[in-house]
Amino acid sequence: MLGTFTIGGVHPPGNKLSSEEKIQALPLPERVVIPLGQHRGAPATAIVAKGDVVKAGQLIAQADGFVSANVHSSVSGTVASVDGYIDASGFSCPAVTINVEGDIWLDGIDRSKKNECNIIQTKENILKLITDAGIVGMGGATFPTHVKLSPPAGSKVEVLIINGVECEPYLTSDHRVMLERAEDVLVGVQILMKVLGVNRAIIGVESNKKDAIERLQELTGRMLGIEVISMSVKYPQGSEKQLIKAAINRSVPSRALPIAVGVVVQNVSTALAVYEAVMKHKPLIERVVTVTGKSLKKPGNYLCRIGTPTSALIDAAGGLPEDTVKIIGGGPMMGRAMLDVNAPITKGSSGILLINTKEGTRKPSTTCIRCAKCVSACPMGLEPYLLMVYSEKGMFEGTERERIMDCMECGSCSFTCPANRPLLDYIRLGKARTGAIIKDRK
Amino acid sequence: MNTILITIISLCALGILAAIILFFVAKKFHVVEDPRIDMVEGLLPGANCGGCGYAGCRGLADAIVKADTMDGLSCPVGGASTMASIAKALGREAVVGEPKIAVVRCNGSCENRPRTNKYDGACSCAVEHALYVGNTACAYGCLGCGDCVSSCQFGAIYMDVKTEIPVVWDDKCVACGACVKACPRSIIELRNKGPKDHRVFVSCVNKEKGVIARKGCSVACIGCSLCAKECSFDAITVENNLAYIDFTKCRLCRKCVTVCPTKAIIYT
Repeated sequence: MLGTFTIGGVHPPGNKLSSEEKIQALPLPERVVIPLGQHRGAPATAIVAKGDVVKAGQLIAQADGFVSANVHSSVSGTVASVDGYIDASGFSCPAVTINVEGDIWLDGIDRSKKNECNIIQTKENILKLITDAGIVGMGGATFPTHVKLSPPAGSKVEVLIINGVECEPYLTSDHRVMLERAEDVLVGVQILMKVLGVNRAIIGVESNKKDAIERLQELTGRMLGIEVISMSVKYPQGSEKQLIKAAINRSVPSRALPIAVGVVVQNVSTALAVYEAVMKHKPLIERVVTVTGKSLKKPGNYLCRIGTPTSALIDAAGGLPEDTVKIIGGGPMMGRAMLDVNAPITKGSSGILLINTKEGTRKPSTTCIRCAKCVSACPMGLEPYLLMVYSEKGMFEGTERERIMDCMECGSCSFTCPANRPLLDYIRLGKARTGAIIKDRK
Repeated sequence: MNTILITIISLCALGILAAIILFFVAKKFHVVEDPRIDMVEGLLPGANCGGCGYAGCRGLADAIVKADTMDGLSCPVGGASTMASIAKALGREAVVGEPKIAVVRCNGSCENRPRTNKYDGACSCAVEHALYVGNTACAYGCLGCGDCVSSCQFGAIYMDVKTEIPVVWDDKCVACGACVKACPRSIIELRNKGPKDHRVFVSCVNKEKGVIARKGCSVACIGCSLCAKECSFDAITVENNLAYIDFTKCRLCRKCVTVCPTKAIIYT
């Protein structure tokens, strides 16, 4: 019997169309737009100006404070502008636009494919390298990694959990990374273990990625302290709290961080980025993105530079199918529809999903029939139908009492609702308002 | 038979005992309430809309009685006549405020502001606003889901089907401010009703630079300041690429209306 988390969860169809497709490097685009706020926390401050010539890997924006991350140029060329650009949701955000000229990398970056496994750096040095490389959580939440690796004084980390679950349907980028870059990922895991000072790491992978599990198990067989766990398929297993429950059967208390139970969770792609930053001195300037969709000609996994326009990826995958109604940044459960096909790929973009007419039409919502399917589906043990009503009516004492802040917006409730009610839409609104009220009170 | 009798007698005794205790407790803990509060509440319209800023009519009545003057206390629904009668009843001087009305500061109809995408989420402006820019290229304008319409207790706003912009009925609006609170984009503003119900206002809240604002909507304020230069009464200020007309200073000369290159200033 494979392990999984205990409360709630749903089983959306996997649709991993691109799981057999090898990671391909995307040709360089003509121009990249690198947003300065690709992470949680304060946006970085630009240190280049229009007309500056930059190399790939060069720092172009400095982190603004502790909870922030450096941003590097992903290409070589001339800075065309340091200005606002319209992001995927239509709002204006600061970004650096660079016209690509050649492919010159900064000195000192090792671009060879050779696996370096001799970790000689000290703990402090590693943390500095990770901070400088601007690494953020690459599963989608984009929380700066150096913050996660600096646990508050007094807390003790016992286990490092590596998230290779990839529970979102369609997405396969982490799967391919685990399969094709397994050695590098494992060195990354060892580096993370060294920084955190732990001697136990668990890599959680869902059982639908058998080849990746076998590959990792074969390699970790001779490594001390790293264990690969196969988990039964269930959404949202890739969420930190659910993963911790599934992997080591510990429950993170309400509104607490995993560190409260002695755990730090990192994504496999983050582990790879850490490996590249520490062993190859390469900042986070490229990532693997899954481009997929049922109507798409060639769904695949592409290694592309940060700032590449989404349209370039879609073109590489066979062009935009005619019956596309939505383009989603991320997976179908938690991703967001994009307004503009030219929106750039950021550090947190794990996938581009093209939804066709058949899948993409939302059915009209009807009245709640009190079936409580959402209650059984909620992995946090909340009552989504109630939270929706409270949010709709503006009763924010109610939402707070019913722990709306525990909601991680996984969308299991909306997915399971037989009346097609927009549960998550309203819960998200209620969560934002309740959060603001709680913040004001402090 | 005996059991039934005993039950009835004991229950009655218990009831009487409880009544006696309650009587003395009520005497002991009696709260003295100003009888004038009841009187003022009776004079108020009883809509309990909260437009005055208090939780219902009783809240306002309580505040009026406790305050020394009528300054700043007014019932938007009842208006000047109600406040005058309350002032008279309390033997105070009535403070007459200008009558106000809700004004929708967006003219981004389907014609002026092309729809760039289709929103199919929950029909609520607040939800749509939290998600993204909306179904046009303007991040400030009306979303057209009608949160203001459903918030109005007086049926004073309706959604124009053709323009997808809400319209306020002049004669029904009581300026309670519910729509102002409901609008997530702060488009609706309470302005003075103006002489003979005429008003001049900037029908745009876009703070983007002119080029970007104009790209999304042909009647956007581009912050060119022509109106501010033209105004002889110093009523217009331009801040963050957006003009604002101070209704207390405006004399309705309408020079700004003619000078505005994008027709963002409206005279009604």
